[in-house]
Amino acid sequence: MVEAAWLIPAFPLAGFLFLMAFGRRLGEPVAGWVATAAVGGSFLSTVTVFLGLLAEEPDDRFFIQTIFTWVPSGSFRVDLGFLVDPLSITMCLFITGVGTLIHLYSVGYMHGDANFSKFFIYLNLFAFSMLMLVLGDNLLITFLGWEGVGACSYLLISFWFTSKENASAGKKAFVTNRVGDFGFMLGTFVVFGAIGSIRYADILTSEFSSGIATAAVLLFLVAATGKSAQIPLFVWLPDAMAGPTPVSALIHAATMVTSGVYLLVRLNPILAQADPWSTAAIAWVGALTALVAALAAVVQTDIKKVLAYSTVSQLGYLFLAIGVGGYVPAIFHMVTHAFFKALLFLGSGSVIHGLHDEQDMRRMGGLTKFMPITAGTFIVGWLAIAGVPPFAGFWSKDEILLYAWNESPVLWAIGLVTAILTAFYMTRQVVLTFFGRTRFFDPHQEEIDAAFSQAIVGAEAGVAEAQEALAKAEQDMAKADDDVAKKQLALASATESLTEAKANVAASSPDADGHAKLVKALDKADKALPKAVSALEKSQAKLAEATQAHAEAIESIDLARDDVRTAAASVASAPRAPQHVTALTPAVDVSDFADQLPDSYAHRQEYHPHESPWTMTAPLVALAGLAAAGGLLNLPFTKDLHFLANWLEPTLFGNEVHVTAGASTKIVLALIATACAIGAIAVSLGVYLKGKADPAAIERPELALAVDYDRALAAVMGGPGNETFERASWFDRTYVDGAVNGVALVTSRLGRYSQSFQTGFVRSYAFGIVAGSAAVVLWFLSRLVLS
Amino acid sequence: MEVTQTWYLVLSAVLFTIGTIGLLTRRNPLVMFMCIELMLNAVNISFVSFSKALNDIAGQTAVFFVLVVAAAEVVVGLSIVVALLRRRPTATADDLVQLKG
Repeated sequence: MVEAAWLIPAFPLAGFLFLMAFGRRLGEPVAGWVATAAVGGSFLSTVTVFLGLLAEEPDDRFFIQTIFTWVPSGSFRVDLGFLVDPLSITMCLFITGVGTLIHLYSVGYMHGDANFSKFFIYLNLFAFSMLMLVLGDNLLITFLGWEGVGACSYLLISFWFTSKENASAGKKAFVTNRVGDFGFMLGTFVVFGAIGSIRYADILTSEFSSGIATAAVLLFLVAATGKSAQIPLFVWLPDAMAGPTPVSALIHAATMVTSGVYLLVRLNPILAQADPWSTAAIAWVGALTALVAALAAVVQTDIKKVLAYSTVSQLGYLFLAIGVGGYVPAIFHMVTHAFFKALLFLGSGSVIHGLHDEQDMRRMGGLTKFMPITAGTFIVGWLAIAGVPPFAGFWSKDEILLYAWNESPVLWAIGLVTAILTAFYMTRQVVLTFFGRTRFFDPHQEEIDAAFSQAIVGAEAGVAEAQEALAKAEQDMAKADDDVAKKQLALASATESLTEAKANVAASSPDADGHAKLVKALDKADKALPKAVSALEKSQAKLAEATQAHAEAIESIDLARDDVRTAAASVASAPRAPQHVTALTPAVDVSDFADQLPDSYAHRQEYHPHESPWTMTAPLVALAGLAAAGGLLNLPFTKDLHFLANWLEPTLFGNEVHVTAGASTKIVLALIATACAIGAIAVSLGVYLKGKADPAAIERPELALAVDYDRALAAVMGGPGNETFERASWFDRTYVDGAVNGVALVTSRLGRYSQSFQTGFVRSYAFGIVAGSAAVVLWFLSRLVLS
Repeated sequence: MEVTQTWYLVLSAVLFTIGTIGLLTRRNPLVMFMCIELMLNAVNISFVSFSKALNDIAGQTAVFFVLVVAAAEVVVGLSIVVALLRRRPTATADDLVQLKG
């Protein structure tokens, strides 16, 4: 039965190849069923192998199945082989088990997606890679799976690649993981350099010097921080939520992110031979990650981001467990975490699905009545992760805290604080999502802003109009001004000519010839003067009018500006959608401006949140069952109930730390943890359900250290980091490529030059032959003569 | 006067030189072929004479090879020459430069 091991990865591989060939033609939903069947088949094979393994004596549960020799190279040999032992089969069981459920769920979730079959191609490829990772009998096969899951993660995060955000999230995940991958490669080289083999069968039984073992542990720790999203490489996981929710559940919560934990547990003999400070480093990395991520989860508003930070935090728990030598608790919590975190993710996916892609928890609430199955199962997941007995999370988390206590009370305290925070933010999430008033129909801030900004637009148009009128009035005034000046000139000249005429008349004797003419001119000038005076008066009146109009225009512009100011003030005083909500937060009153709200608001009122189809709820129910009863795997009461511990024992070579604490200590620790969890839940319920405190006081931005770190990292990498890389790239292009291209250039120049010898003239060739033979003959003759 | 082996070798050398000079100086492809034949047969003479002197049949065997190869070479060469002359009746060996790629 153990011989069926090769079937475990073969099923998803076959599904992947089959769907590559026919997926598009099969379409929805057949492609999804084929993929689900492939992983389901893999699960059945795993169960078969598991039963076969169970039939063996505990110490004989170690099989290597070699398919073929992949890299034969002298004494070094890498097989494509599978290592079947309790550890790898435990991993396979939950990978394929949870994987099947998530595949089934995806059939419902991806309904109507244009790339339905492509999604399942990726999912099957992912399942195959993940199984290769855990089943490989050497580091190279594990690395193959390691890279495979990374590639699938990239493909699936940016599955909806038309949005730039999704595409860059995929790239971020991939690039961040590459940093960890280089640790894996160097670790592999170190192991190979030390013992000349990378097969687990050799590694697990070899002696390492403590220096080599420490180096290997630290390098593999770098690898694990990448894949399992630990400090300092965790930044990609929250962004990975851009992918479809089943992907978040399968890859970024249940399976792929546990591969770092698997690797470290698998290599436990190396950890045991390393200096203690290197395993302490693992514990501290885990503890700090757990704490920092849990703090960040408290302030998140996106339903999936909360779960993402929660995942990072719980993975930190696993590292803490490994670092303090608790391999069994690590695997135990990994399995239970896979159950309840997959459940929570799938539940959030169901909520998002039912609310038409709404992910902001501030716009949820009261969904229990719309989606009872989702709510019920989600609550089970919440109790499990919060550590409420007798749900799965309580048992596994408690074990880890016990081992942490065994190592150092500080680590235990950090773990306990994390547990309190976990209970707090998960309660917050459940209350905001499922209880209280249904805030889904409330107006969004953008909609309110849109309604108010309309008033501003109207007032601003008034200002523009008034400004136009003012410009016109100014023109009129200038014209009238001109006119007055002209008329004044005319009057002056009229007065002058009158004076002149008067003088002329006075000067001439009345008897002279021209006298009559002069008198006539005087008469004329006399008459012209009043005319000029009246013209001036008229234009002065006009100027006064224009000035009046100008003053009025200025006034009206001031009025219009006042209007704008009033409108802006009213926007500023527009109702704000609350940033921090509880179950009691009232809706924004929109009755005053309801008719100005954009259409999206009205559309939403007609939308009905709905429960998801059975393909989605069935996996939820199954996972809820597992999350509730997962603790049965490893009950702490008697040695016989340590099923998981007894089962994993042969793979740990006695490296599991022995807990020295007595029974009473254990009980006290468990009581403290439970009391803290329940207390945190009560506080969170008080704040978010009863509104006893202002949530703004709790959701402080300072808590989001993890987010700040992400931003700082992005700033460094985008600025100086980018510059450094640009320079490296320039060096590469100029010198490295230059050397390569230089060789090519020399060769081609030589070719061009020697071409000229090939004239095509037969006789010159013949001459070449003759000359050559003559030279040879001369050479031999000279040798003869000289000797 | 006795005809010694030296005579044959001198004859062979003279014929070979005539062939070589002819090959290098003439342009008519047919004449050049004849020159090549001359050179080959000069070599044949030396082969035969050495074979006789050393009492070794291998030299004469080599002559047969040379003859066969010469025949084959003439077949290929002449067909090229014929093809060339059909196009340009006044062609010389230098016109084979046309075959250059």
